[in-house]
Amino acid sequence: MLGKAASLGGDVAGVLLGSGVEGLAHQAGIYGAATVYVADDARLEAPLPQPRVDAIAQLVGEQGIETVLFAQSILAADIAAGLAARLDAGLNWQLTDIAADSGTLVGKQSALGDSVVVDVGWKTTPRIGLFRSGAFDPVERATGQTQIQTFEPELQEFSLAAEMVEQAHAEESGPSIEDANVIVAGGRGLGEPEKFGLLEELAKALGGAVAATRAVVDAGWYPYSTQVGQTGKSVSPTLYIACGISGAIQHKVGMQSSKTIVAINKDPNAPIFEFADLGVVGDLHAIVPKLTELVRARKS
Amino acid sequence: MTVRPVDYPPPFAPSEAIAAPTDPVSQRIEVGVLIVGAGPAGLACAIRLGQLLEDSPETAERLGEVPVAVVEKGKSPGSHLLSGAVVNPRALRRLFRGSPLLDGVPTYGEVHGEAVYLLTKGASLRIPPPPTMRNHGNWIVSVSQLGRFLAEQAEAGGAAVLPETDAQKLLVADGRVQGIRTGDKGLGRDGTPLGAHELGSDIVAKVTVLAEGTQGHLTGAAVDRFGLEGEQPQIWALGVKEVWKVPRPLRHVVHTMGWPLRKRARYGEFGGSFIYPMGDDMVSLGFVAGLEYRDVEFSVHDVLQEFKTHRLVRKILAGGERIAWGAKTITEGGFHALPKRFHAPGLLLAGESAGLVNVPTLKGIHYAVESGIMAAEAAFRSLQRGESPARPGAFASYDDELRASYVLRDLREVRNMRQVFDKGFLVGGALASAMTVTKGKLPPKEFGSEANADRTLIRTDRAARYPKPDGKLTFDKLSSVFLSGNRTRDDQPSHIRIQRRVPRELAELWVNMCPAQVYELGAEDDDGTVHVDVNPSNCVQCGAITAKGGRLTPPEGGSGPEYTLT
Amino acid sequence: MKIAVCVKEVPDATAHKRIDPGTKRLDRSGEGALNAFDANAVEEALRLKDATGDGEVVVVSMGPERALNSLRKALAMGADRAVLVADAAAAGSDLLATSLTLAKALEREQPDLVLFGQQSSDSDGAVLWAAVAERLRRPVISQVAELTLEGGSLTGKRQTEFGYDTIRAPLPAVVAVADSINEPRYPSLKGIMGAKSKPQETVSLADLGVDAGQAGEQGSRTEVLALSDPPPRGEIRKLEDDGTAAEQIVAFLADKRLI
Repeated sequence: MLGKAASLGGDVAGVLLGSGVEGLAHQAGIYGAATVYVADDARLEAPLPQPRVDAIAQLVGEQGIETVLFAQSILAADIAAGLAARLDAGLNWQLTDIAADSGTLVGKQSALGDSVVVDVGWKTTPRIGLFRSGAFDPVERATGQTQIQTFEPELQEFSLAAEMVEQAHAEESGPSIEDANVIVAGGRGLGEPEKFGLLEELAKALGGAVAATRAVVDAGWYPYSTQVGQTGKSVSPTLYIACGISGAIQHKVGMQSSKTIVAINKDPNAPIFEFADLGVVGDLHAIVPKLTELVRARKS
Repeated sequence: MTVRPVDYPPPFAPSEAIAAPTDPVSQRIEVGVLIVGAGPAGLACAIRLGQLLEDSPETAERLGEVPVAVVEKGKSPGSHLLSGAVVNPRALRRLFRGSPLLDGVPTYGEVHGEAVYLLTKGASLRIPPPPTMRNHGNWIVSVSQLGRFLAEQAEAGGAAVLPETDAQKLLVADGRVQGIRTGDKGLGRDGTPLGAHELGSDIVAKVTVLAEGTQGHLTGAAVDRFGLEGEQPQIWALGVKEVWKVPRPLRHVVHTMGWPLRKRARYGEFGGSFIYPMGDDMVSLGFVAGLEYRDVEFSVHDVLQEFKTHRLVRKILAGGERIAWGAKTITEGGFHALPKRFHAPGLLLAGESAGLVNVPTLKGIHYAVESGIMAAEAAFRSLQRGESPARPGAFASYDDELRASYVLRDLREVRNMRQVFDKGFLVGGALASAMTVTKGKLPPKEFGSEANADRTLIRTDRAARYPKPDGKLTFDKLSSVFLSGNRTRDDQPSHIRIQRRVPRELAELWVNMCPAQVYELGAEDDDGTVHVDVNPSNCVQCGAITAKGGRLTPPEGGSGPEYTLT
Repeated sequence: MKIAVCVKEVPDATAHKRIDPGTKRLDRSGEGALNAFDANAVEEALRLKDATGDGEVVVVSMGPERALNSLRKALAMGADRAVLVADAAAAGSDLLATSLTLAKALEREQPDLVLFGQQSSDSDGAVLWAAVAERLRRPVISQVAELTLEGGSLTGKRQTEFGYDTIRAPLPAVVAVADSINEPRYPSLKGIMGAKSKPQETVSLADLGVDAGQAGEQGSRTEVLALSDPPPRGEIRKLEDDGTAAEQIVAFLADKRLI
């Protein structure tokens, strides 16, 4: 996103808040920040939003910053919204792109389950934008000196009222299907419940989660918590690999906004081939294990 | 092959739906008059009661905190209502008796003209509308929208309308009906309670009115319990309909007969289609076929898709887009299948549940409203000082009024018309015309009919002629179920009672019959029987399975389709 | 203890959601329903009330008059009171205008705890509580999958991309609950029948001391400029396995920098 911001013209700065984080400032510079503002403070160690609102608001006021952009995360969303209320600033979210237009900025927002694209604007400055993760690819700057400026954050009492008792560690077991970036899903074409083992192996190799269709959950092959579809969960991972799934609309509406869809099914007329980015007509029992092997080989 | 659905009865006995109250008295929910079903009959009853109680505060007081309650198994009133529909407005006029509310009834205008066609595969022959099909002055409505409107009026009149509430059992004690028991919510597939679980309740009432529509669950149990069976078995048709947005307005009401149904008596295919304009930019079209058909490959949904490929229909739908779909059975037995009495101690039967549908004229909504009004008046009379709903014969006046009214007069007049079509389209047609012209006096013989499930099954190559769904004009069942708004919670007990291991022919009958793809062929055994796999969450509760060897029971309240335009 | 739950009526899920190209706002003309995620918040409030043995649960919302129907569902579940800010001038409010109005309505109630649901099904946004907490100047914890109350402080297990944080904050506070926190109860028949007679208050912006210029489109700092169709999915490729399908899939994924 730093790269994207740089492409809009004007001055671009990165902001780094935390404890013991000064070392990371140079990296922000490599990716497009001309200046990096750093507030290194023990009170900013825990990933809590409200102290960060104080720090960024302070920076915006002191440096006359007109636009503040965030990449989506649970923490970023809380900061962005709190900041908007603090600065009386407009916040546009679910952005996939932004462009300069007649002296102002216009964002592209994906709305209503990705069924419509909305051009959104900010009526005043400062402007706050929250972008979908993965909206932009990182771009390395060829040259340039990065100016690193530290500042002392002034934090409000109510912002410090919430305290982190215990912070999360990365999970040992894979991500849940809602959080996963990669999902490997299975349907009736698997033939029997044991074949979910093949999908689990592939998911593990890809660092993803396993999901299931209503039909196989109904049959008791996999738990209800993994059901994707109209009456199950809606997911939008970066990659969705559908194995032995016909693609009836009840399933489709739960995963159609996945960024990339790969389908493996031996029925060439399965409806899923109408919307899969890559459709493979073949036997998943042969293809999936081979795929897992190849993915593992690549990773090592 | 002599497979008959009736030889494989479902694991269900009507007595299962009858019980005595079990909740402690202090926990029972007490209402004055309880109405089961928020359709035209039930809501007309609630509205009429509201009018009567407004003028009679002493009676209202005697009925307690909730004088009138209407329970509805759908997500909201209208969610499970589906019909053509062309309505005779006389009963609605009587219900709203000159009040400006009558102008608020949602309609798509009056019928301006009609056309009846006899279709063959490649052609259509316009024939003069039979006397039974004259609709001038009638209103075109969506019965789902009508239901929503009537529910608002019922509530405005003081009734409590309780959607997402399924009536599982009829409470009977001391020889009289005392109310209903609602179903549990939050049970898992195997019946064990889930995180959020709510037990059903006993709702007790002084008078219970059953207005459940086609295949009424409690009505079936009540008829059995109180010996109310009619002379002849009840029979049904299955209707599948769609609503389309169209660029060119349709100017008249259309009915067709003939293709794609087969004429010969051995197929048992009786029915036809309707195409009604809904304003200038929408059209409601559907295909209806009697469930006495015999071919295991017959599928009303697919016949509707095939029907749309006819030149006549293509023209009407050209440039259009399908925006709704639904399916429901229609009670077809007419006069001979009416229950012996429309009441029992503490109980009144109204609307289609009571068999009040006129098949040759395709009308039932105004009978529903009329009977709902009469039921309200009978209930009200029984609640006056010196009278009691529990007194045997307290509701005899309801029967008398119904029989003296145009409702039963109409049904009597056309009483044999449906049955003669067992003889095939041409002979049946001729007999039907004779009946119409003589207002039911000729021919003098009374024609009987078989129950739908008694018919032996045959197999032809019918399925080969169904069009392959193209997603533009013709559609598959699953995407149609999606369009009905069905989002039934998956993790609940199955509400469908059928034998799970049956001869292949019977399984195929069910697979093809069901418009919602609830049944699938499972593993085959050596002896020619197959297992039947069931997907209960697809079910749109049309009721066809009950006519053909199974038994639909109400699932968890709120399940099923969410019709808005049907 | 007084708990306020912020809820919203959204277009019913079966209704085809669309943005009206004329007003550039979400078409809310069809059936409405209580936002499913808000039911979790109402349920959590009721559990806290049940646990402490006393207290009041108020549902607060902003919307047209007919949104009272959806608020009744919360009352049927067991909430005690409903307050609806119904004012034509508030239509078209963005995050800023909405959070201002809600904050004023909440200040009027002075609750010990304010609960929100995880997100709203009609705006893909999951940000309102942070803005409201900022205006109320209270600590906020979001994505709470488990909530416990002890004395005057609450502890929330917060669901993040990396696992669970445990965060503590003193009351009064603002909490947004994750949908995994509980299973909302089914309203009992008695609850449904009793909902109508529970207090339901409709207030205007003026009642809250909110100037019309601070609400609606006037009070919003963002605007909708145009609508367009999403870019087509891009080319769809279909191939038949000739023995090299796995390799071809890997090449495809590598090409897209997915592995």
